[in-house]
Amino acid sequence: MNAMFRISGAGRLSQAKTASFSFDDKSYVGIEGDTLASGLLANGVHLVGRSFKYHRPRGVLSAGAEEPNALVQIVRDDARKTPNVRATVQELYDGLTAHSQNRWPSLSFDVGAVNDIASPLFSAGFYYKTFMWPKSAWKSLYEPKIRAAAGLGVSPDKPDPDHYASRYAHCEVLVLGGGAAGIAAALAAAETGVRVILADEQAEFGGSLRFESGARIDGQDGYAWAQAAIARLKAMDNVRVLSRTTAFGYYAQNFVGLVERVSDHLKNPGHDLARERLWQVRAGRVVIATGAIERHMVFANNDRPGVMLASAARTYLNHYGVAVGRNVGVYTANDSAYAAAIDLKKAGVNIAAIIDLRDNPAGPVIDEARALGIEINFGRAVVSAGGKLRVSSMTVQPKHGGGGRTIPVDAILMSAGWTPSVHLFSQSRGKVAFNDETKRFVPGTYAQDCVSVGACNGTDGLDATVDEAYAAGAKAAKEAGGKAGKGARPKVDAGESWSRGMLGAAPGAGQGTTVKAFVDFQNDVTAKDIRQAVHEGMHSIEHVKRFTTNGMATDQGKTSNMHGLAIAAEELGKPIPQVGLTTFRAPYTPVTFGSIVGHARGALFDPTRRTATHGWAASQGAVFEDVGHWKRAWYFPKAGEDMHAAVNRECVTVRKVGGLFDASTLGKIEVVGPDAARFMELLYTNPWEKLETGRCRYGIMLREDGFIYDDGVVGRLAPDRFHVTTTTGGAPRVMNHMEDYLQTEFPHLNVWLTSITEQWAVIAVQGPSARKIIEPLVEGIDMSDEAMPHMSVREGKIYGVPTRLFRMSFTGERGFEVNVPADYGEAVWEALWAEGQKHGATAYGTETMHVLRAEKGYIIVGQDTDGTVTPNDAGLDWAVGKKKTDFVGIRGLTRPDLVAKGRKQLVGLKTKDPKIVLEEGAQIVADPKQPIPMKMIGHVTSSYWSENCGRSIALALVAGGRDRMGETLYVPMPNGTIEVEVTGMVFVDEKGERLNG
Amino acid sequence: MLLIRCPYCEEERPELEFRNAGEAHIARPTNIAAESDDDFEKFFFIRANPKGVIYERWRHIHGCARFFNAVRDTVTDKFVMTYKAGEPKPTKLPGAAK
Ligand SMILES: [Zn+2]
Repeated sequence: MNAMFRISGAGRLSQAKTASFSFDDKSYVGIEGDTLASGLLANGVHLVGRSFKYHRPRGVLSAGAEEPNALVQIVRDDARKTPNVRATVQELYDGLTAHSQNRWPSLSFDVGAVNDIASPLFSAGFYYKTFMWPKSAWKSLYEPKIRAAAGLGVSPDKPDPDHYASRYAHCEVLVLGGGAAGIAAALAAAETGVRVILADEQAEFGGSLRFESGARIDGQDGYAWAQAAIARLKAMDNVRVLSRTTAFGYYAQNFVGLVERVSDHLKNPGHDLARERLWQVRAGRVVIATGAIERHMVFANNDRPGVMLASAARTYLNHYGVAVGRNVGVYTANDSAYAAAIDLKKAGVNIAAIIDLRDNPAGPVIDEARALGIEINFGRAVVSAGGKLRVSSMTVQPKHGGGGRTIPVDAILMSAGWTPSVHLFSQSRGKVAFNDETKRFVPGTYAQDCVSVGACNGTDGLDATVDEAYAAGAKAAKEAGGKAGKGARPKVDAGESWSRGMLGAAPGAGQGTTVKAFVDFQNDVTAKDIRQAVHEGMHSIEHVKRFTTNGMATDQGKTSNMHGLAIAAEELGKPIPQVGLTTFRAPYTPVTFGSIVGHARGALFDPTRRTATHGWAASQGAVFEDVGHWKRAWYFPKAGEDMHAAVNRECVTVRKVGGLFDASTLGKIEVVGPDAARFMELLYTNPWEKLETGRCRYGIMLREDGFIYDDGVVGRLAPDRFHVTTTTGGAPRVMNHMEDYLQTEFPHLNVWLTSITEQWAVIAVQGPSARKIIEPLVEGIDMSDEAMPHMSVREGKIYGVPTRLFRMSFTGERGFEVNVPADYGEAVWEALWAEGQKHGATAYGTETMHVLRAEKGYIIVGQDTDGTVTPNDAGLDWAVGKKKTDFVGIRGLTRPDLVAKGRKQLVGLKTKDPKIVLEEGAQIVADPKQPIPMKMIGHVTSSYWSENCGRSIALALVAGGRDRMGETLYVPMPNGTIEVEVTGMVFVDEKGERLNG
Repeated sequence: MLLIRCPYCEEERPELEFRNAGEAHIARPTNIAAESDDDFEKFFFIRANPKGVIYERWRHIHGCARFFNAVRDTVTDKFVMTYKAGEPKPTKLPGAAK
C-alpha cells in the first residue's frame, strides 16, 4: 500500500519495492530509493525537528546536501547512533530507525520552545553579552545549562564498531559533480584515454536533471541520458565513477579529499564493508561542476514546516513521486519556481497561487502556468506564513504595502534565485568575482589547475552548460596529456534556463521590521539579527558572521550566506562586493572523524616497538611502561610484591649480587670512515682522536647554543669505526643532527652514519657478580681487569654468537653491556639469566635502573636537563675538551649568560626527614616565610626512595647550587613545606671503587 | 598535501616524506669560536621570516634522506624551485615575471 502523498505514476522509483522505517517510534512505509525525507513527506510528515536556539518546529527545506533543518538521529544499534544526519541525504533502507532531535518531551510539544517567546533575550550576540558576568558563573552555571539546552542530537557512548577505509588515487582529470555539466566534462576527458575520476554526492547521477522535467539530450529525457552516459563511463577502463561521494576539501596542488558513503544506505552492511571510504586524490586537472543551490525567500515565519525550496518540491515529485502538499502556494522572485508549480499542477496538485515579487515578468513558463489556470500575482509579497507545526496559510500584500489577504495552503514553495556553488573553487584559493548584473559571486581568478563549468560558473541554460563543460573536459584532458577524443558533444534538444532573482529580506521583513524572517535556519538567525549586528558596530561580514553565527552551522550557510551578506550590505549602505564574502572552508559537508582516522585507531594508532626479550619479560610477569614507541619492562614483581617492594628488592640485589637489564632501546649509531674521529671531535665536546681502539668514553653532544642535546657512551672499535650510543628517546634526532652537519656543514669529511639501534640487542649485566655471570659464555675475550678495564669494548663471541662486549656501568657497579645481533637477543638473555640464577642475580626494569643511576648522580638527558642546561651546569665540565678549537656548541658555551654567575646547577638534595620522597618538578625556595609569590630558585629533577641508602634521594637544579653545599632549602607543597639539605650528587660509593668491586 | 621535488631523487614526492629544516644559506663560520657575540647572535638566532619568497632547507627524510634547499612562497605556500645543498642561492627564479 502506498503512502498518502505518493503519486502513482510519478517519479522514477519502483513503487512496488517498499521499505518500512520508523521515525520517533512511529512506523511508516517508504520505497527503495527514497531518502528519509522523501519517505516522510510521502507519509505527509513535514515536522521533523526543532530549531537550535528557539526550538521552533522545522520541516524539510531542501532535497540535498544543503539541508539546514531536517537533522535527525539515525540509530542502528547501541553503538551506532549517528546524530545530525540530514534526512535529505540519508537513503532509506528497510528497518531504518530515526529520531528527531533537540526537543523535550516530544517533537510536537517542546518545553524549550519558550525560547521562541522569550526571543528578545536571545537576539544577536546573545551569548557574548549575556554570559559575560560574573566570570565565575560561566563554568558552574552558564556553560552546563547552555550545553544541556543546545545539544543537537546525542553522541554515541560506545566505541564506533565500524571500520573506515582509505585510498590514495591519481588521475589526469578529476570531475567534481555528476550533473549534466560533470557528465559532459567526464565524457570529453574519458574519450581521450586519460585517467578520469567522476564523483557525485548523490546516490544517482544527474544533478538537477533529477527534477528538470523538460530537459532532453541526445533525443532522450535528460535523466535517462545521464544514466546511459554513466553506464558508458563505468564501462571504460580509464574511468572511475564514484557515487555517494562528496568532495569535501580542495587542498594544494590539486589534492582533493573525497568521502564515499559505502554502507550507510544498506539494511545489513555486514562486517566486510567499510562504513565510509576516504579518497585522497591527486589530479592533473580538476573540473568543478558543483551546480548551484536555490535560495529561500526571507519573510516572516518562513521556517514553518511545509515551507520549502521550489526545486526541492520538484525533486520530490519528479524523482521520488511525492507531492509535498495538496494545496500549494508558490512565492518567487525568478522563473524557476514556475516550473515546480507547473509540474505539480500537472500531477494533480492544486496550486493556490503563485506570488511573484517581480512587476511584469514574461516568458514561456509564465505563459504555461497561466494556460494551466494557475492564479499568478505579480508585484506582490508573502509577508507571513500561518500555522505552527505545519504551514496553514500565506498572507499576501502588494510589495509596497497595502491591504493583504490570507490564502490557505499546506505548503509554500519558494525561490529567491540560485547561488553558484563556488565552495570548492574558493577552497582551492581561487578568488571569486561579483557579477553585478546577475547579483552573484562566480569564479574569478584561478589559483590552481582547475576550471569551473555550468551553474557553479554562473553559466545559465542546459545547452550552454553542456557546451562549456564538454569543451572544458576535453581541454583539461589534452593539457594533462590526453590524445584527441573521438566522441561527439552531447546535443541538447531542450533544457531550462533561469537566473536572476533577489538577495536579502523580502518586503515585510526589511529595514525597520522585527518579524522572524529566517536567513540561517540551522542557527536561527533572522534578518533583524543581521541588521542589529550592523547597528552594534559589526561592519565586516566576518564580524557579522561571528556575532550572529550566520552561516556558522554545519550547513556552512549554503542557503543563507548571500542573503545575510545582502542584508548587511543594505544596512551598511555599501555595495555587496565591498562588504565581502566570508571564507569558504573545508569540509563542504560534515565529515566523520572515522573517515579521517581510517584504520589508525586502537593498536594501529601508533607503532609499538618491542625488544627481543619482551616475550621473556612478559612471561616473568614484568610490568611494562611506554617510553616513546617502546614497551620497556618497568619492574618484575614477585608474588605479593607491589611496585615499591619489587623495586627495593631489585635495587638491593643488583648492588649485592647482580642484575640483568634489557638496554636494547638505547639509540645506536655507527660512525665509520677515514674521518670518523674528526667528525666525532666536531659533534661531541670530548676529544676523540686519541681514544684508543677498544676503549670507551662518555660523550656529550651540544647544540650550537651550548646546551646539552644528548649523551651516551661511545666505543672505538677500530681507528675508523665508532659505536655510538644515544638516549632512548634521542636516537632519531641525534641521527638527524649528525646527518645535518655531515651533509651541509662538514661535507668534506669522509664519514658514513648508520642507525644500528634495531640491529643489536643490549643486555646490561651489572653488579659484583657481573663478570662471573658472563665469563662462562664468552669466547675469545680476556675479561680480566688488566685485559679489559672499565670503559673498554671487545669483539668476540658469547653463547656462540658474535658480540660487541662493553665494560661500562650505569649503576656504579662492575658492569657490562652485552651487544648481540637482535635475532639472538632472547637466546643470549636466557643463557645469561641461567648463569645469573646460579649467583642469585635479579632481572630488573627501568624503575630500578633509574634509582641506581640516581644513587650515583648519573644524569638522564631530558629529565635532569631540559634544553637550557650546559655541561658545567650539570657538573660535567670534565667532559668538555679544553684544548679543542671547534665542536658544535663551542661558541655557544661562551655566551655571556652561559658563563654568568648564579646559573642553575645540578646538585643532590636530602630531605631532613629521610622518609619523605620529594615530588619531581617541585619548586625550591630559599626562604619559606617570604610573601607569595615566592622567588623560586630551582626545582627537583629526579627523586626516589633509595633502599640502598635507607632514605630518599633527589637531584635538583638550583641557582648557584654548588656554592650552597650544606645549606638548608625549602620545598613548599600543598600540605606543608619540606626542608632539604643541598648535597653532592653521589649518594653511593663516592670514590667509585665498586666499578671494580 | 604539497608535492615537493627532491633534487636528488629528481621527482616530486608527497610532503609527508619531507621535513623542514629552517632557513637556508646560513653558513656556520669556519672559526666559530672567534665570533663576536653580535655575529654569533646573527648566525644562530636571527632569521628573516619573510612574507613572500623564502630560501629554506628541507630534508627528504623518509626518502633518500638528503638535505637540500628550496625556494618557497610563504603566502601561497608554493614551491618555486628546489636545488642541491651547496649550490649557490639562485639569483633568477623561474616564473618570477608572472
Ligand atoms: Zn630524495
